[in-house]
Amino acid sequence: MTLLLKEVTKRFGKDTAVDHLSLEIPEKEIFGFLGGNGAGKTTTFRMILGLLDRTEGDISWNGESISYHKSHLIGYLPEERGLYPKLKVREQIVYLSKLRGMKKSEALTALEAWLKRFKVPEYIDKKVEELSKGNQQKIQFISAVIHRPQLLILDEPFSGLDPINVEMLKEAVIDLKEQGTSIVFSSHRMEHVEELCESLCILHKGKDVVKGSLKEIKRSYGKKNLIIHADESLEFLKNHPGVVRYKNIAEGCELQIENEDISQTIFHALQDKGFIRRFELEEPSLNDIFIEKVGASYE
Amino acid sequence: MNKFWIILSHTYMSRVKTKSFLIGTLITLLLILGISNIQSIIDMFSDNSSKKIAVMDDSEKLFKPLESNISTVDDTVGLKLFTGSEDEAKEAVQEEEYEAFVKLSLSDNQMPEAHYYADNITNSDTQMLIEQQLQQVKVSMATEQAGIDQATLQNINAPVTFQTKALDKDAKTDEELSQARGIVYIMLFVLYIAVIMYGSMIATDVATEKSSRVMELLVSSAPPVTHMFAKIIGIALLGLTQVILVVGVGYALIVSKQGELTEGFFSYFGIQNTSPALFIYAIIFFLLGYLLYATLAAMLGSLVSRVEDVQQLILPMTFLIMIAFFIAMFGLNMPESKLVIISSYIPFFSPMLMFLRVGMMDVPVWEVSISIGILIATIVLLAVLGARVYKGGVLMYGRSSSLKDLKKAIALSKKE
Repeated sequence: MTLLLKEVTKRFGKDTAVDHLSLEIPEKEIFGFLGGNGAGKTTTFRMILGLLDRTEGDISWNGESISYHKSHLIGYLPEERGLYPKLKVREQIVYLSKLRGMKKSEALTALEAWLKRFKVPEYIDKKVEELSKGNQQKIQFISAVIHRPQLLILDEPFSGLDPINVEMLKEAVIDLKEQGTSIVFSSHRMEHVEELCESLCILHKGKDVVKGSLKEIKRSYGKKNLIIHADESLEFLKNHPGVVRYKNIAEGCELQIENEDISQTIFHALQDKGFIRRFELEEPSLNDIFIEKVGASYE
Repeated sequence: MNKFWIILSHTYMSRVKTKSFLIGTLITLLLILGISNIQSIIDMFSDNSSKKIAVMDDSEKLFKPLESNISTVDDTVGLKLFTGSEDEAKEAVQEEEYEAFVKLSLSDNQMPEAHYYADNITNSDTQMLIEQQLQQVKVSMATEQAGIDQATLQNINAPVTFQTKALDKDAKTDEELSQARGIVYIMLFVLYIAVIMYGSMIATDVATEKSSRVMELLVSSAPPVTHMFAKIIGIALLGLTQVILVVGVGYALIVSKQGELTEGFFSYFGIQNTSPALFIYAIIFFLLGYLLYATLAAMLGSLVSRVEDVQQLILPMTFLIMIAFFIAMFGLNMPESKLVIISSYIPFFSPMLMFLRVGMMDVPVWEVSISIGILIATIVLLAVLGARVYKGGVLMYGRSSSLKDLKKAIALSKKE
């Protein structure tokens, strides 16, 4: 059940929203879709779902194109939250899940289970407009997953939630993956992507600037982070060969270095520089990669 | 269950349960109840006691003929010879003892004259009655003076014999025409109301789903075209429910008030003798007219981002149906005019105007078929266009809400 995008392009008049994007989204994994505002994430999702026609290219899922006949296999959480404000949660979810091919009784059982899991079983007879934004988000999430889709598209699922609810939703996402759902999700919160995704793609102005598995991306990035805690000033390291970036922190400094060998030369340079309490080599964070890849093309 | 039916039944059920629908229907029913009892209501408020008029007759020749004339026309007005001074009579009127005071006299050439005094002279019913009857008295006095006998006078006054007969065998008789006018009028009015009411309901419904952003979820699970037509038919069924309720209650009321009212009502609108063909045409033109305008409404509704903008955007549609209605009102009296004939082929007008012509005139079948053909073609065209606009429009959010967005929506639904 891989989702394949081949040279997909979308133009709105003269603007190109998505530019020859090719992706292979593996089955039963969580795939992260990163990008700044207006990078083309939502447009790509809409093309995958068939809401927008692509200008060029091909999208196939499991070798077939996605059409409305498959809508019961697909779940979608749009970026702009949308539910009927005047309808009760029960009516709302039953209607939406019927449209995804569920029976009313199945939908109700599933809804009760989900509400219980999210610790809000009393909301079933409340109107959506009476709920807080975060709780609306839970209902919206339920509407996307209630029919046990094989492919789940989550556009910014965690925005506007408090940390406890983020954890709750994250757990649900991981559970769904373990039950065999392929999940594509977009975010600009790097830590969520790092935590959840096996593979990812960073979009910038409709082009993929980075793609592949998280480990692979980090390894091939080459640069490492080095954290040093020391009593003396470490300012002199700014001019050390191989140091890309220098940042003072309370107890020392944080460096970005070209490769791990540089850490050894720094280690030697520190020999007579007083008491070193911490010397740690770290993988680069996705944040660093994102800022460099996307930031570079801003210039 | 098919998605079309799911959306249709959801549209229908969620609307039927709303307070506004229930209250609206209830008010309409009350209105009908009121109209059907209008005679009793009027009677309840109007003063039926006889009106007393004080009369002073200086000539002593006028009171008798005037009184007898009036008593044959209206027995609620009673004349009473007043024996007192003029000022006393006026006072009596102000004290509400009399409705009015009339002073009759003869002019120099022996013709009747009158002065009419009342608290106010707006209550012209009585005043006109007396004036008319006095005129009669004057005519008979004048002719008598001129030496014309009563038989000759009757001859002069008798209406001329004037019979009309259409030479065209198919032409409708006067009676048929006025009957047809009734049913045409009803159909025009119902279509007008239906388009205005349910058209804006459709547009508002679409706009509500769009502004609450639930639309994106809906169109990701069912094709926009399915969604659009399920909505149109759902609202149509809702309208049908309302019409059946109203007509049903109205009919029951009329039947329960058997007698002069039933006959009067039906014969006034010419329902008794209308041919079944006309009813079938009424249904065909009504359905096609509704579909045409409903598709237009759904399309326009899909363009707005906020519910508040709906009324503004469906204004052109409202104008179209209003123009059609006004041409039709004009055409009721002049069904043969060029304007009516030409308009009966123009899609947005034809549901009303071709039906009007069919009802009032004898229109060859081929002409009706052409008109229906053009209408159906337009509906199909509008549906195809509407589906495109809908597909793009529901994803389009912007501040402006104008017809310019139509182009943008179509562009959005295209590949480029």
